[in-house]
Amino acid sequence: MNPTPSLVILVASILTNNILLASFLGMCSFLACSTKIETSIGLGVAVTFVMVCTTGLNYLLYHYILVPLELEFLHFILFIAVIAAFVQFVEMFVERFSPKLYHALGIFLPLITVNCAILGAALFMVMRHYNFLQSLAYGLGSGLGFLLALVLMAGLREKMGYANVPVPLRGTAVIMLITGVIAMTFMGFAGMITMQ
Amino acid sequence: MSKTSEASTGCGGLCGGKCRSTLADGVSKNNPIIHQVLGVCSALAVTGKLENALVMGAALIFVSALSNLFVSLLRTLMPRRIRMIVEVAIIATFVIVFDQFLKAFYWDMSKQLGPYVGLIITNCIVMGRAEAFALQNPPLLSIVDGVANGLGYALILALIAVVRELLGSGSLLGFQLLSASWYEPNILMVLAPGAFFTAGILIWIINALRGSAKEEKRP
Repeated sequence: MNPTPSLVILVASILTNNILLASFLGMCSFLACSTKIETSIGLGVAVTFVMVCTTGLNYLLYHYILVPLELEFLHFILFIAVIAAFVQFVEMFVERFSPKLYHALGIFLPLITVNCAILGAALFMVMRHYNFLQSLAYGLGSGLGFLLALVLMAGLREKMGYANVPVPLRGTAVIMLITGVIAMTFMGFAGMITMQ
Repeated sequence: MSKTSEASTGCGGLCGGKCRSTLADGVSKNNPIIHQVLGVCSALAVTGKLENALVMGAALIFVSALSNLFVSLLRTLMPRRIRMIVEVAIIATFVIVFDQFLKAFYWDMSKQLGPYVGLIITNCIVMGRAEAFALQNPPLLSIVDGVANGLGYALILALIAVVRELLGSGSLLGFQLLSASWYEPNILMVLAPGAFFTAGILIWIINALRGSAKEEKRP
């Protein structure tokens, strides 16, 4: 078992071990969906919600089904199936009961299935031997960390519309460089908390 | 160059001249990382050391070639509605095979790569090629396409890793190249920001070399 308290995991996964800035997960949707603050908040909230639920579900299925059957090597397939099924279910549920929310979040939900941050969080959870509460804290923290990085970037990109960026740098290149600077500032938190 | 000729003779009669263009397309003309910005997550994460980058590149070539082959073989049999699930299951199978292989024979490497081997499942390159190429093309040509895209990916990974390992620890594949007496290793290059900077600068250089024809359309 991992001795780190859940609250420490929650804060550390937002600031020092940010899933996007320190583990590079979720870059694809980060590059594609950070053009507007509004869209980035929508995607960030959807990711946070799905991440908390799927890390919890995956924890239970892994420890109560795969481990007793000694089928741990199947965890990749299990996790991706759980994530895909959960996203599909949420999509149908939201469409049926809250059309308004569906229009706000709907377009992001299919994107989330292939968001590597969600699968990555589940894999990290297994590798670091978290218990149930720690897994939920890690899922929540990672989701919020992703939201934070995404909104920060969207804010910068909106302002960048007024700047005259050199032509070859436009698009992905300049975003990568800016993300590097953001990652560097987040490293400033490193001494504050340590997480295993 | 030898790879190109080998591959195009390997399936000679079946797909003829198409093989060479398919291979060139994946490696340079339509390189998945640089031109389509797919699969960047792992490209940034495993490039702190050249060794890790090469293993990861090999993993991607293996997975994308074999999953392309099987998706292509099944392309007339599977109903369109469930093709995504079938593709994911095929890809996940080969990722598990590779992961178990690493765990059995190269435990240290498996530890260092951590979750990133498993994350090949959500790597958009593999899924994207299965969806865009293997569903419409015969099996042998699909293998070539998988290998080509895997090679293109491995090439960029190796390039980023060479820069990061050389500047970050003054060595390549573990051999000390830049002597500690005159070169102070820049730790930043091995850490996360170094990955973003290297990738950003690489894309910048390639865009500049290619000319700005395509970029002008962007807002």
